[in-house]
Amino acid sequence: MQKINKESRLAYTMLIPTISIVFLIILFPIFGNFWLSFKEVKLGDLRPPQPIVKEKVITKNIEIGSEVIIEYRFRNSSQKKPIFNIMLSDIIPQGLEPIQIIEECEVVKNKFHCYFEKWEPKFNKRVKFKFLAKDDFDSNQFDPKKSKPNSSADADNILTNFKFSLKNFQKIFKKVETLENIKVTFIYSFFATLGAIFLGICAALLLEKKFFGKGLFRGLFLFPFVSPVIAVAFTWVYILDPFKGFLNNYLIDNSIINEPIFFLGIKKVSFFGLDFPFTLFIVILFESWRYFPLAFLFILARLQSIPKDLYEASEIDGASKIQQFFYVTLPQLIGVISLLFILRFIWNFNKFEDIFLLTGGNAGTRTLTVQVYDEAFALTNMGTASAVAVIIFILLGIFVFIHNKVTPKDIEE
Amino acid sequence: MKQNIVQFILIYIFSIITLLFLSIIVNFVSISIFLSEAVFSYENIFIFVFTNSIIFFFLKKIFVNKFAELLFIIFSIFLSYIFIFNFSLNISNLIIFITTILIFNYLIMSYFDKKTFNKFFFEQSFLKFLKTTGLIFFSFIIIFPFYLMFVSSLKSQMTLMQYPTNLSIPFTFSISDFFSSYIAVITEYNFLTFALNSTIVSFVTVLISLLFSIPGAYAVARLRFKGRTQLSSSILLVYMVPAIVLVIPLYVIFSQLGFRNSLFSLMIVYPATTIPVALYMFQGYFKGIPYELEEAGLIDGCSRISVILKITLPLSIPAILSVSLYVFMIAWNEFLFAFMFLDNQEYFTLPRGLYTQLDDQEVPRQYLMAGSVMITLPVLFLFFLFERYLVGGLTAGSVKG
Repeated sequence: MQKINKESRLAYTMLIPTISIVFLIILFPIFGNFWLSFKEVKLGDLRPPQPIVKEKVITKNIEIGSEVIIEYRFRNSSQKKPIFNIMLSDIIPQGLEPIQIIEECEVVKNKFHCYFEKWEPKFNKRVKFKFLAKDDFDSNQFDPKKSKPNSSADADNILTNFKFSLKNFQKIFKKVETLENIKVTFIYSFFATLGAIFLGICAALLLEKKFFGKGLFRGLFLFPFVSPVIAVAFTWVYILDPFKGFLNNYLIDNSIINEPIFFLGIKKVSFFGLDFPFTLFIVILFESWRYFPLAFLFILARLQSIPKDLYEASEIDGASKIQQFFYVTLPQLIGVISLLFILRFIWNFNKFEDIFLLTGGNAGTRTLTVQVYDEAFALTNMGTASAVAVIIFILLGIFVFIHNKVTPKDIEE
Repeated sequence: MKQNIVQFILIYIFSIITLLFLSIIVNFVSISIFLSEAVFSYENIFIFVFTNSIIFFFLKKIFVNKFAELLFIIFSIFLSYIFIFNFSLNISNLIIFITTILIFNYLIMSYFDKKTFNKFFFEQSFLKFLKTTGLIFFSFIIIFPFYLMFVSSLKSQMTLMQYPTNLSIPFTFSISDFFSSYIAVITEYNFLTFALNSTIVSFVTVLISLLFSIPGAYAVARLRFKGRTQLSSSILLVYMVPAIVLVIPLYVIFSQLGFRNSLFSLMIVYPATTIPVALYMFQGYFKGIPYELEEAGLIDGCSRISVILKITLPLSIPAILSVSLYVFMIAWNEFLFAFMFLDNQEYFTLPRGLYTQLDDQEVPRQYLMAGSVMITLPVLFLFFLFERYLVGGLTAGSVKG
């Protein structure tokens, strides 16, 4: 019993670093995201309102015994919110003696302290302090900017107070765009997953049997996946560029088309009376190209573990290769394909970079993740951005639930 | 017999398609890379395949297998000679032509590989056809963008604008001319700083991930404690949390704490996103190590910690290598957090720098491509060096996209 106790204590100590970092950087931000989604936070609200103090020496030529006027400018940094309990303090320069000081301030030794109860929004006031230059005043060393005024204040921080509202969600659902984006996200995730798995199956079947140079091909097939997304996305953007790009110029040179096609800028093409989302289709192709290596690796591993006697038996029964594929290989692959499908679907659903780098969310390719970015940094509204992120998170929760239902417990790999 | 003829015709059509495919690529290569004329004209391909395969068919009927193949090769060279004679190709194109024809003949022979026409003959040739064309197709769609990225980075602004379809490598004798875009990217756009930042962040991420996940994984794999099953099943759940859900609150929190715009912020966020998968990969590996080895150590009086250090860790060097590579790759390629968090140029990582500095219509495209090559090259280099380990890491950790 004691041994088990000791063991579990050791286990907890070993797990503490992992659990704490996961808690801090993943679970706490998720909570923070929900928190923010119920608050009307703008990008500008991230800086809490602060008192700003600036000092300026007005008297030009200071001589010993003369009066020195230093002007202080007090300002509330916020245009909208008041700040409370403002404390200021500054060191009085060497050799100066205060003569006239506003009533909120008092002199303690070589410092003065000021206290204000409240500064209204847009509060902006200049006050003049008068000093007397004493005998030990040295105009060469005189530099009031050397000591910066300290200040502290309380302000109502929108991030930490307990005012909540549902306005973000109302705003999000009022936009027609949002529902459209949800639709685009689903279409994108579904077809990109399908395309990647289809290409992956094809590639895996090509490399199923041993042949000369197989290892080389396997390495090559993983290229799109291991390369940085930013590099491959920019390369494809360059290839598809309507004017400078390779593809359009090649097609025009060989007189296949007459005018350049804006591959990444056509929202809809009429196709036998149906609206066909052209750029979304191109993005889906890119996504399939980039992620098929993963499906390929999984399926190849599964293919090679299919027992050979299944094929022998079916051969004796007179099955052709194509029949073998449909009746032996495919049923063996179904498990791994469905697992891959749900995993890839979830990850495509979460993808931000790929679409952002290819189209920036234009031409009918704005997915929910891109909308989060747009809300936060183009419209500078952190609250609505978090609300969209919450929608993503909830939808994702549903998928993960399905994933757990679909996955048999023993083949987690 | 009738069925045989139909099959024959079909296979003949496949051969034509394969040759068409091959010749398109050969023409493409010869026009754009060697800057010569097209090697094949498409009308001639049909005549060529027709005569070539008829001859092959009859040779096969008359002679034993091996002998027929030999005769066929001799004959096709002779046939190519006639063609060349007619269409007057220059020397380099001649070599390309003959090689392509030989490859083609090899392929067509493999299509007709059965001695007799039986039930599966047609199907097998069809599958072989699919395999060859498939390999050509996949290699092409993968190599092409990377090749274009590389070639464009070596070009001058003028050639890029004037001949956008020219894919030849502009060889010059002066190295500084040859790599002029790279030199410009490094000197004018600070890419060395970005590369240094990326390297630091990636290495620190790998280090922290290993330090945190190895003990955790060992605990999950080997030790008994309350909540173990719940923990091991929730590891992957944590891993499915999308970065975009984390990025807004982290942006807010880090802004408030004042370290958003720094490499430090990336150094804590990256490990946090990679630790769960590293832990998952390690615990799978640790479970595979026979427990008897560790038990022997424990009986001999080692403590748990020294068992881990002296027995488990040396045995799991392949896993450590593959996890490190995988984590390194994620950190090196990461864009979203770097994009959101970093404002100052001095802290930019490579992807962040590439995005702001070079993705601009004002900046010449060859610089953008040179930057892309600089990001891609280290990853591909590592990939080739440690392919086996990386593939292991990818399969185990591929829950992440």
